[in-house]
Amino acid sequence: MPQMAGLDEGGPLFAQVADRLAGEIADGGLAEGARVPSSNELAAFYRINPATAAKGINVLADDGLLEKQRGIGMFVATGARQRLLARRRAEFTERYVQPLLTEATRLGMDTDELIAMIKDTSSERGGVPV
Amino acid sequence: MTPAISATGLTRKYYDQVVLDDVHLAIGARTITGLLGRNGAGKTTLLRILGGQEFPSSGSVQVLGAAPAENEDVLRRLVLIREDQAYPDYQGYPNFKVSHALRAASFCYPNWDPDLASSLLEDFGLRANKAIKSLSRGQRSALGITTGLAARAEVTLFDEPYAGLDAVARQIFYDRLLADYADFPRTVLLSTHLIDEAAALFENVVVIDRGRVVLDTAADGLRGMATTVSGPVLAVNSFTEGRPVWERRGLGSQASVVIVGQISPEDRERARSLGLDLTPLSLQQLVVRASGGPPGAGSLTERTSA
Repeated sequence: MPQMAGLDEGGPLFAQVADRLAGEIADGGLAEGARVPSSNELAAFYRINPATAAKGINVLADDGLLEKQRGIGMFVATGARQRLLARRRAEFTERYVQPLLTEATRLGMDTDELIAMIKDTSSERGGVPV
Repeated sequence: MTPAISATGLTRKYYDQVVLDDVHLAIGARTITGLLGRNGAGKTTLLRILGGQEFPSSGSVQVLGAAPAENEDVLRRLVLIREDQAYPDYQGYPNFKVSHALRAASFCYPNWDPDLASSLLEDFGLRANKAIKSLSRGQRSALGITTGLAARAEVTLFDEPYAGLDAVARQIFYDRLLADYADFPRTVLLSTHLIDEAAALFENVVVIDRGRVVLDTAADGLRGMATTVSGPVLAVNSFTEGRPVWERRGLGSQASVVIVGQISPEDRERARSLGLDLTPLSLQQLVVRASGGPPGAGSLTERTSA
């Protein structure tokens, strides 16, 4: 059954809704000054209780990432994207580098091998120079 | 906040059988609450008493501020849709149609919305001129759901309303319930055994086991409160040491242990380095545990109140 579109059992749904919204702001999908979907719109989309969706919005509002305009709704605050990107960079080591090193160690790979692998993969994708 | 529904010391006995045993409840106005528990736990009896269709043996219930039984003022602001809902005298009137049942309902409920009823019928693919006696089980459920939602009653009670409905039709029910609740917030109490598919609708859950309330809490707070840790037995033991454990299972060098409590990012990193899998328990699995559960399982109520 396609319940909770994209959300999982891993933790409170309100926190997952907040993460999704923050992700959209960081990726630019929700621009600064843009209106954020209402709790009812989010509830219908994710197929969750509106109170749960409202709690997710409030997490970002309490954090200053969203601003309330009375009678109209919630809007992405100025500077929200930069703050989220800075936070993501700070978390990059913990979220990506550490697990990468953990798995590499389990496979008996050393750091040089790992760096070579990252460079190879990156050039195969024609992507970001490392 | 004044609760829309409350029960105090509610007990219901049939002869010497205790079906509800000293139930205390307070359900907030304009919330959607899941009423969960095994078959025979007392869910239907509780809903019938709340719906004014049965009297408590002792204790009391209040719905919208008054006892519901034989109270016209409360009953017209309340709708109870039962599993295998019966329709007024349909056996005596072979030509009693879906449209007649809805028309009868429209007289009972002051907030009745005929447009909502028609659009629900359309979603469920149910024709208004179909005779009630020729409806399938699923179609009768669809009619019950249509009645329950279009009534827009301040207190809306659904008792396993979807016998015979397939997954697509159940999804229509969940989506339409959420949409109409968003526009017209009201107090909804829904009993179901399809916990995982309905879980995200609930703001609160009440779990009944053998006539007693064993859990009454915010639904979202339960997510991620217990986790299955699985992998090599030594690693599992090292990870789970000092944590409350609900269940341990092993097969050869592999072990699977259910632990209680939130998992921190540090825990995740540690599990990863130990080669362990972490899988959160679903609401359904938590409720199974709260409702007696497998032998030897710890009590959820003790854990949550700790």
